[in-house]
Amino acid sequence: MYETVIGLEVHVQLKTRTKAFCGCLNEFGSGANTRTCPVCLGFPGSLPVLNEMAFEHGMKVALALNCQIQNFTKFDRKNYFYPDLPKNYQISQYDLPLALDGGLKIKINPSATLRIDGERSRTIKDKEKTIPVKRVHLEEDAGKLIHEGQDSLVDYNRAGVPLLEIVTEPMINSPDEAYEYLSELKAILKYLEVSDCDMEKGSLRCDANISLRLPGEKKLGTKTELKNMNSFKAVREALHYEIKRQAGILESGQRIIQETLLWDEALSRTVAMRSKEEAMDYRYFPEPDLPGFVLSEEKIRAVKDNLPELPQALKQRFIRDYGLSDYDVEILAQEKQVADYFEACFKVYPRAKSISNWLIGPISYELNSRNLDIQSLGLKPPELTALISFVDQEKISNLSAKEVLTERLNSKNTIEEIIKEKDLLQIRDSGELSAIIDAVLGANQKSVQDYLSGKTGAMMFLVGQAMRQSKGKANPKIAQEMLKERLKNA
Amino acid sequence: MIISKDDVQKVANLARIELNQEELNLFSGQLESVLEFIEKLKKADVSSIQPMSHILDIQWFDCAHHGNVLRADVLRESLPNALALKNAPESLKGHFRVPKVIE
Repeated sequence: MYETVIGLEVHVQLKTRTKAFCGCLNEFGSGANTRTCPVCLGFPGSLPVLNEMAFEHGMKVALALNCQIQNFTKFDRKNYFYPDLPKNYQISQYDLPLALDGGLKIKINPSATLRIDGERSRTIKDKEKTIPVKRVHLEEDAGKLIHEGQDSLVDYNRAGVPLLEIVTEPMINSPDEAYEYLSELKAILKYLEVSDCDMEKGSLRCDANISLRLPGEKKLGTKTELKNMNSFKAVREALHYEIKRQAGILESGQRIIQETLLWDEALSRTVAMRSKEEAMDYRYFPEPDLPGFVLSEEKIRAVKDNLPELPQALKQRFIRDYGLSDYDVEILAQEKQVADYFEACFKVYPRAKSISNWLIGPISYELNSRNLDIQSLGLKPPELTALISFVDQEKISNLSAKEVLTERLNSKNTIEEIIKEKDLLQIRDSGELSAIIDAVLGANQKSVQDYLSGKTGAMMFLVGQAMRQSKGKANPKIAQEMLKERLKNA
Repeated sequence: MIISKDDVQKVANLARIELNQEELNLFSGQLESVLEFIEKLKKADVSSIQPMSHILDIQWFDCAHHGNVLRADVLRESLPNALALKNAPESLKGHFRVPKVIE
């Protein structure tokens, strides 16, 4: 068996109003080449000026990852020719990046925790591991190419969009650890509100390098670089595939070739990228158009003091303050919006477990099937808690409540209107139930005899009949109590 | 020789500059003397000097932003599509058009 060694390089587009070095709108979906100017098109004589919001976003991420913000940082030119790069260099950072030496704590065995139910997961202690973050630096994105017939068409709307590059040390030891690191990183970025982190739209991209070595070996094996993974799952799959591929090569006594491989999602395999004739030589040199940046301890502390609550702190608080299980909290905290929604609900209806169950169950089902996030669902927290309280007070059944939720989301009617209109209120009134019980007892003499002769299972049948008779509206608990009471006196 | 003709040719390729034999000889000589000068500079005692990455030493500016030159995240008008493409040798459907490149 070999030891797996993985390093990850994440590029994340920063959510700013304008681009990194010019005042063009940082937004996609607009017409091609309508968000460009002399700076981001690289016209001679134009000068870049760094966007302070991009700079601050970068500092926030670096601090959230416990990195050391450097007291002096500068930009460099990374030179290469490709049509998506209008200046023939990318403004990036080389030897004096924004921040160095951080780390991100991950749980090593979270998938096992999530698979079992919430109550039992408390008893399983997760192991923790800190993935060292080597560096965090700012740079600019390139344009977008479309290949059409004999042409390549270039859209520079994306050119100059601020990017943050976050690089780990090669100290991730399994595809699951890589997956967990990415999930935690994404959660932090979303909590900081510095990026959309949408891999499909390309606002978060991940490259991986991976090598194998014999246990105890100090030297790293020859690595390959994996690109073109469009989801965290794809990263995990590609790494699994590459481990098998490399192990096969090593076992047959051959050597790994250092190369870049593209993940082919459809074929579930990696494909070698056509190797360039010459190794890339980027000839980095200091960007003369941008002076360096000094970051005082006071400035760094000011940004640090203003960091919002981060996922791990929020999870601990939710467990402590609301008595929720690790399992519940793990799911609620995945999206900051959902965690906020939970708290808004709790304010008007302080029953944490009920709210949590509803958010994890029916609400998350509706969000998935409608492909919406909780803000765009259009259900106010007091509406949800009103519905939950109907269930908690046993005024309507859990099943009916789910129906009401769906109906509420499909129409403009209020929760109360829908319950009334669909006549879903459970019959709790003993007078009304009494008639139903009488009818059930009358029509099912055989079961009554069975029950009286000790076959307790017959009770369930009778309750079922009462439910049926009432078209599901009888409160099953009350119905059962009444049936028992009646038969006791029989 | 500090720099070989092969090195000069390589640098020219990286910069996408085509050199004929005459130019190669000319620039090799010029670059050689530039590098000779650098060799001379290398001998200077710089132990008391901070490395410089920009001709403006930012720490000289001592204003509210600690001298950092930053831009507020404020929108400025972009070029209209037609104007952005005006200098392009070829364009198509609002895009810059180049010979097909695929990695």
